[in-house]
Amino acid sequence: MIIDSFRFLPRSFRPIYENPEPDGTDPIWAPFEKRLSESRIALLTSSGMFLEDSQASFDLDRERAEPTWGDPTFRAIPSDGGAINLAHLHISHDDILADPNIALPSDRLSELSETGVIGEVAPRHVSVMGYQGASLEGWREIAAPGIIDLLHEDEVDGLILAPV
Amino acid sequence: MMPDLTTKLFAPRAVGVEFPFGHPFGIPHDSAMQNRVLGEALHLLAGADRFGTRVDIDLEWPIPRKDAYQAWQPPEPSPITQWWIERNLLNR
Repeated sequence: MIIDSFRFLPRSFRPIYENPEPDGTDPIWAPFEKRLSESRIALLTSSGMFLEDSQASFDLDRERAEPTWGDPTFRAIPSDGGAINLAHLHISHDDILADPNIALPSDRLSELSETGVIGEVAPRHVSVMGYQGASLEGWREIAAPGIIDLLHEDEVDGLILAPV
Repeated sequence: MMPDLTTKLFAPRAVGVEFPFGHPFGIPHDSAMQNRVLGEALHLLAGADRFGTRVDIDLEWPIPRKDAYQAWQPPEPSPITQWWIERNLLNR
């Protein structure tokens, strides 16, 4: 069964997304060499999730002023919880705020750890504000190096990316 | 969410779901659906043996397309959508 990638996209947007340019990136392959049951796993969401009480929102004011710009920073989301909020101008927030697991399934991952499917949950997950406008330069220079450092520091074996 | 796009942009592995935007792991409080998607992603992470491996999940969104399409939209057009509209860059 092959799904329709454009089923829920506005029809007028389709030409914009049908033939993307890879932006000069070469294919990268890293085989996964450990057993899942011995691995530490983290999650990454592009929903613009942040901790309501202790983290700054993503910069939506600048995006409103510069529509081709998206905030390239990231937030570390502790896997043991905390009240979250969203900063994202491209989707409804209602369902994610009702159950953050639909964008960052931290509770489901914890259950898989308890039953031994994975070794353990990483202490921190990662959130970015997925819209990057005209360029991925900010992600290359700001988000990606910081996220890689965080994952190395937490000795993460595998990362599940969840675009929204 | 859009695996055609994901694989064209060189994601090494991709799980395809035909879900509305904002819902990569499914419906709020539907643990079974969330587990299904997360489980597929984990097994693909560990089990894929080559670049570009894609697995699509055969799950139909249980809400009529028209309603689901309306429900995922932001309260107002995003800045880039408004920018495109003002420059007549859509519907070409």
